[in-house]
Amino acid sequence: MICPTNAAEPVIQLGHGGGGKLSQQLIQELLVPAFGPKDGLLHDAALLPAIEGQLAFTTDSYVVNPLIFPGGDIGRLAVIGSVNDLAMAGAIPVALSLGLILEEGLAMAVLETVVASIQSAAAECGVAVVTGDTKVVERGKGDGLFINTSAVGQVAPGLTIHPRAVREGDAVLVSGDLGRHGIAILAARGRLGFQAPLVSDLAPLLGPVQTLLAAGLQPHCLRDLTRGGLASAIDEIARSAGHWIELEDGAIPVAPSVRGACDLLGFDPIALANEGRMVVILPAGEAPAALAVLRAFEPSAARIGTVIQPFGAVATRFGTDHRGQPRNPVSLRSALGVKRPLEVGLGELLPRIC
Amino acid sequence: MRATQLLHQITASCTRPWTLMEVCGGQTHALLRHGIDQLLPDAISLIHGPGCPVCVTACERIDQALALASRPEVILCSFGDMLRVPGSTSLNLLAVRAAGGDVRVVYSPLDVLAIAQQHPKRLVVFFAVGFETTAPTTALLAQQALAAQLTNLALLVCHVRIAPVLEVLLADPHCRVDGILAAGNVCAVVGQQEYVGIAKRYRRPIVVTGFEADDLLEGILSCVLQLERGNHAVENAYQGVANDNGNGAAQAHIASVFSVIDTNWRGLGVIPAGGFGLRPPYDVLAVKGQAPQERNLEPPRDACISGQVLQGLARPTACPSFGSACTPETPLGAPMVSSEGACAAYYRYRP
Repeated sequence: MICPTNAAEPVIQLGHGGGGKLSQQLIQELLVPAFGPKDGLLHDAALLPAIEGQLAFTTDSYVVNPLIFPGGDIGRLAVIGSVNDLAMAGAIPVALSLGLILEEGLAMAVLETVVASIQSAAAECGVAVVTGDTKVVERGKGDGLFINTSAVGQVAPGLTIHPRAVREGDAVLVSGDLGRHGIAILAARGRLGFQAPLVSDLAPLLGPVQTLLAAGLQPHCLRDLTRGGLASAIDEIARSAGHWIELEDGAIPVAPSVRGACDLLGFDPIALANEGRMVVILPAGEAPAALAVLRAFEPSAARIGTVIQPFGAVATRFGTDHRGQPRNPVSLRSALGVKRPLEVGLGELLPRIC
Repeated sequence: MRATQLLHQITASCTRPWTLMEVCGGQTHALLRHGIDQLLPDAISLIHGPGCPVCVTACERIDQALALASRPEVILCSFGDMLRVPGSTSLNLLAVRAAGGDVRVVYSPLDVLAIAQQHPKRLVVFFAVGFETTAPTTALLAQQALAAQLTNLALLVCHVRIAPVLEVLLADPHCRVDGILAAGNVCAVVGQQEYVGIAKRYRRPIVVTGFEADDLLEGILSCVLQLERGNHAVENAYQGVANDNGNGAAQAHIASVFSVIDTNWRGLGVIPAGGFGLRPPYDVLAVKGQAPQERNLEPPRDACISGQVLQGLARPTACPSFGSACTPETPLGAPMVSSEGACAAYYRYRP
C-alpha cells in the first residue's frame, strides 16, 4: 500500500528517505498513524511538559540479527531497552525518540511488524514516541534496520540509585535466570545446529523496579543486564563502587536448556546477553522482601552474592591491572567452596571446537 | 554431597604421591573451575595434557589459513576458537577479518556445505581442526561435497588423533605421569581399544572420565585405587556416555574419508600416526598446495614455554611470560588463546 504498485513484494526504496513523495507516504501512512500527535500536526521538535524533580536521560542504538526473534523483535527491544535504562535510575519514562535507519530492500511487511511492536511496547511501558527520524541507506550498507531510541524520565525526589551508594554487606540479587536472550538469538540465526526451545527474556523492568520502590525498599544500585551479561555488569558495578563482590556459583539461576547449550558451545551463561534481567543491590535485611517482589514477576529471581569490603580494606586478591586497580574485583565461589576470579569476556563469543 | 564424599575417599585411599595427567583441555578447565586441584590431597598432582585442538594445530597450518583468508575469492570457514590463535607472527584470523578477509564462524562443518552452495563463484575453505570428536563431521562434509559435485569447496585438514600423542608422551623416559584421565567425549567416538594397548605397554592405568565435578572425582578415585593396588587397566568412569567400543558409524565415516598420517603438533613436533589426511577420492578436496610432508617451522620462543606445558613438563605459572607479557588479549602461545588451553585456564581461574 505504501510502495509503488509495480513491486512484487513492497520493499523500502532509497526514495523513502529522500524527502519526497515516498518519504511523505511512509511517514503519513505508517509512522504518523502509529506515533503521531492526535491532531496529526507535525513540528520540528516535540514540546514536553515541565517536570518536577530530577530528569533522567538515556540513549541506545539497536542492531540485531535476525530482526524478528523468538520472544520479540528489534522494535520491542528498542523501546524496552531504553525504558529499562531509565528504570535503573529509578525513573519513570516521560517521552521517547525514535530514529530508524532502513536499508534499501527491507520488506515493508517487516517494517510494519516492527512499528506495530514499537507501538505496543511503548503503550505497555506507558510512554509515547514524541519525535523521530527516518533515513534510508543503500542496499548492503545496513543490516536491514537499525534503530536508535532516546528516552527521558522523571526521578522521584530523594532517590539516589547509583553504584556509589553500594555498601559493605549489601545483598546482590538477579531478577531472573540468565542467558535466554543470547541463546535464543543464536538459535534464531539457525546456526546452533539444534533447536533450542527458548524465547528471549526481553521484558520491561519498570514494573519490578517501581514495585520495589513502592514497597519501601531502598535499592542502592540497579543495573540491567544486556550484552556482556552478568559478568560485565557486576564487574563494572564493583569497580564503580570500589568494593569487592563475592558471588555463589551455585546460586546463579540458569535454565537447564541454556546450561546445556552453553556446555555444548563452551560459553559461560553469565557472559551471555539478557534483555529483561537486572542486578539489584540493596541492604541484606531487605533481600527477602525484595526477592518476594521480584519473584512475583519472575519466579527464578535469586540472591546470588554479597558485597564485601571496600578495595582498600583488604589485600588485593588476584593481582592488579596496569592502572593499579584490582584485576578481578568479583569472585565466584564454586559449589565445593573454592573461590575463583570472575573474568569478563573479550567481547565476541567464539564457540569452541569439541 | 557426592563430590565431598569422593574427595574423602580419595584422601583415604592415597598412601603415596601420584601424578595424574588429564588429557583434554575441557577436563583441565573443569578441574580448575570447580577448584578440584586445590581440594585434592597434596599427594596427588595433576598435570595438564595436550588435548587442546586449537593449541596443537601446527603453526604452518594457521599461516596457511591466514593466507587463504586474505585472498578475495576465498571464504574461510572456521570454528570460533581458532580465530584468536596467532600463526608464526602475531597475526590471527580476527585481524585478517578486520582487514576485509571473509572469515566465517561455523558451529558445524555441515554449515560449510550450504555456504559453498550459496556462493558458487567463491572458493569456500573449511579449516578442519579437532580430535576424533570433530573428524566424523568433517568426513560427512567431504562425503556430501563429493556427492553434490561441489567444485568450490576445499578442506584444510588439521585433524589430530589423541592415542598416538599419549604414546609419545608416555614413552619419554622423563615422563612423570603415573596415571591417565582420558576424555570421555573422544572415547564416545573411538572407544577404548587403543587405550588397552597403551595401558599394557606403559603399565599405566587409564580411566575415562566426564567433565562434571563428580565425573572427574570418580575418575581420579578409580585411578588412585588402581595405582595403590599396582593395577594398570583401562576403566570407564563415564559409563552413561562413553561405551567401550565407541560409535561405529562415526568410526566408519572417519575410515572411509581419512587415512592416518604423521602430523606436526604445535609445541610437540611430528607425532607418528598423529593425524588424519584425506584419502582418495576425497583428496581432491584438499586445499591446493598443502604440503604432504610436515616440517616444524615454528621458531623457538624463549619467552613462551607452551611446548613444555603441552607435554605436561611445566605448569603454565612456571612460564616467565605468564600473566605479564602473555595474556588472553596478547597471547604468545596457543594454550593462552583457546578456551581449552591450560594457560588460559590458569589465567582465568588461578591468576
